Amino acid sequence: MYQDYTITHLKQLESEAIYILRETAAQFEKPVLLFSGGKDSIVMAHLAKKAFWPAKLPFQLLHVDTGHNFPETMEFRDKYVAELGAELIVGSVQKSIDEGKVVEEKGARASRNGLQTVALLEALEVGQYDAALGGGRRDEEKARAKERFFSHRDAFGQWDPKNQRPELWNIFNGRKQHGEHFRVFPLSNWTEMDIWQYIKAEEIELPHLYFSHERDCFVRDGVIMGVCDFIELLPGEKVEKMIVRFRTIGDATCTGACLSTADNLDDIIDEVAAARQTERGTRADDKRSETAMEDRKKQGYF
Amino acid sequence: MSEDNNSGYLDMDLLRFTTAGSVDDGKSTLIGRLLYDSKAIFEDQMEAMELSSKARGDEHVNLALLTDGLRAEREQGITIDVAYRYFATPKRKFIIADTPGHIQYTRNMVTGASTANLAIVLIDARKGVIEQTCRHSFIANLLRIQHVVVCVNKMDLVDWDEGVFNKIVADFKSFASRLDNIVDVTFIPASALIGDNIVDKSENMPWYQGPTLLYHLETVYIGADENHVEARFPVQWVIRPHSDQYHDFRGFAGRVAGGVFKPGDEVTVLPSGFTSKIKAIESMDGPQQEVFAPMSATITLEDEIDMSRGDMLVKANNRPEPTQDIDAMICWFSSDKKLAGSGKYILRHTTKEVKAIVTEVRYKMNINTLHKVEDDLIFNLNDIGRIKIRTSAPLIADSYKSNRITGSFVLIDELTNATVAAGMII
Repeated sequence: MYQDYTITHLKQLESEAIYILRETAAQFEKPVLLFSGGKDSIVMAHLAKKAFWPAKLPFQLLHVDTGHNFPETMEFRDKYVAELGAELIVGSVQKSIDEGKVVEEKGARASRNGLQTVALLEALEVGQYDAALGGGRRDEEKARAKERFFSHRDAFGQWDPKNQRPELWNIFNGRKQHGEHFRVFPLSNWTEMDIWQYIKAEEIELPHLYFSHERDCFVRDGVIMGVCDFIELLPGEKVEKMIVRFRTIGDATCTGACLSTADNLDDIIDEVAAARQTERGTRADDKRSETAMEDRKKQGYF
Repeated sequence: MSEDNNSGYLDMDLLRFTTAGSVDDGKSTLIGRLLYDSKAIFEDQMEAMELSSKARGDEHVNLALLTDGLRAEREQGITIDVAYRYFATPKRKFIIADTPGHIQYTRNMVTGASTANLAIVLIDARKGVIEQTCRHSFIANLLRIQHVVVCVNKMDLVDWDEGVFNKIVADFKSFASRLDNIVDVTFIPASALIGDNIVDKSENMPWYQGPTLLYHLETVYIGADENHVEARFPVQWVIRPHSDQYHDFRGFAGRVAGGVFKPGDEVTVLPSGFTSKIKAIESMDGPQQEVFAPMSATITLEDEIDMSRGDMLVKANNRPEPTQDIDAMICWFSSDKKLAGSGKYILRHTTKEVKAIVTEVRYKMNINTLHKVEDDLIFNLNDIGRIKIRTSAPLIADSYKSNRITGSFVLIDELTNATVAAGMII
């Protein structure tokens, strides 16, 4: 009998990501999964659950906390981690500031985004992690487009984009010298649309911020920002109630919202399909220069 | 599953294809059109590209700026690396491994081709089949890409002449007859700049009755590309929950590399040779009735036998012969180290790592002429050729011709840990 051995694009992406997660567990001494409570890290944690079921995850979760969070994200994070039965380690940017390891930016446009690098590298060193699983995707940003699944970092946590290891077939080379580590990106080949379709197909729960809601907002540099304790308003900026949702969730000081009435996954998928702006178009941290992402990544950013 | 309007994606599959070429071939224009017409380029990206192009003094929007995001690439106006680009239509998701086509980027072309189902070979209608065509086709064949689209571009510059197209088709066929891994070649006359036969059918070439490029990419059948006969399951990881509920659970986790596995199948563990039966194929969503390549799976066996990472599960009636002597085509990747006879390396094959020594260097290929070179046997960056290797432990390998996963390996430098070569077993 004729049989069709074709699987859907979501199954292919799932299978690839599970393979990468298992390779990571097998090739490294002590991997850790970077978990922010954002949709990409939630999808990655969900895939990890599938990869090792019925056993628990063979690694801890690590959240590099800028201290500038939307309270909803934190509630969700703690609930999700408890259900997963995993152990969560929190690396704190506030602590790095208090200890004088980094200096906080000044002024109304100050962001702690860049400071995360120091807290991340410190957390990796303290925890003696030799691989950090991240939810980065190649479609997100041009510096990520050339990123490997297994991305080598030198003893200073730096990325050398010109000297990356070629990756062929299913073969990933995670060999390293003492003190070096890897960043691993199981979602490399996913697009924003794939993430949403997968969330729908797998019925994955998300923080409410991703869905349409009413919020006190103001507009800065053309980006809608949520009012929070960590942002000072500039003269002329005025607070209004808006119906918004967030396409990405990062540090509250640099993550913009979009006007949207999409309050369920189907509407969000339609909205993503019709969107004419990339999701990072609302991220102030990428707008600082043409190669802002690469510059941060070379220093050791996610 | 739900029945909403936007649930069409639940039937979409995935096609990975590779392109090679330089700016002159109109490759950027071609990919740009595919991406733009399928709405995979966003307004903010377009604006950023327009601004950068203008600042650089480019006449047209330079699409390479979309993924040539690295500072060094932007400064020098070159593509250093394989750029992966993504787009989707309601039928398929596409992953493009976009590689620079010049000979000094053979390494990148080989890397991009290793995971592709299909290759687009671009030919400038004014130039016909040239050295570069030969090189790209050779690499597609070497990496066993079974589907090739020969896209004869810039037809507008030869007055949409059918004769020009037919001559190129004949020239390509006569040289490609030697490339026996390519089973399906489709020729499409096109103009990426004007848009003819890329997404929409050409009105300038009524003599062409075939598909447009996008239609072909959406419909080409790739379900038979994987080997679904010889069952191969390299073990990645052993799942042992140590919990009360799953006290005795021992699941062998891996990704199917070939064939079909079902509960009840008689299987053999290699290299040990122990045999057992598949008890179940487990997953978080419940037991599965069958798994095949490229699915990730967790398999449990009836008997408690010793098996761990690096071992391979195969069907009892179809076993590859474990071997320590490998005959292979390789592509050399290192710019600062050369390969020569008796070099020692780490060899990674499926989930197994062994030591390896090069026992013989047989020849190198001139990939522009397809001639063998036997008087210069030192491999420099980008060189392709045939060598023999002896490994410290047996490999459970197939020929690359019969299986791309169990037939491939990489060589790793022991000192630097760099991946220095890709190998395809003969």
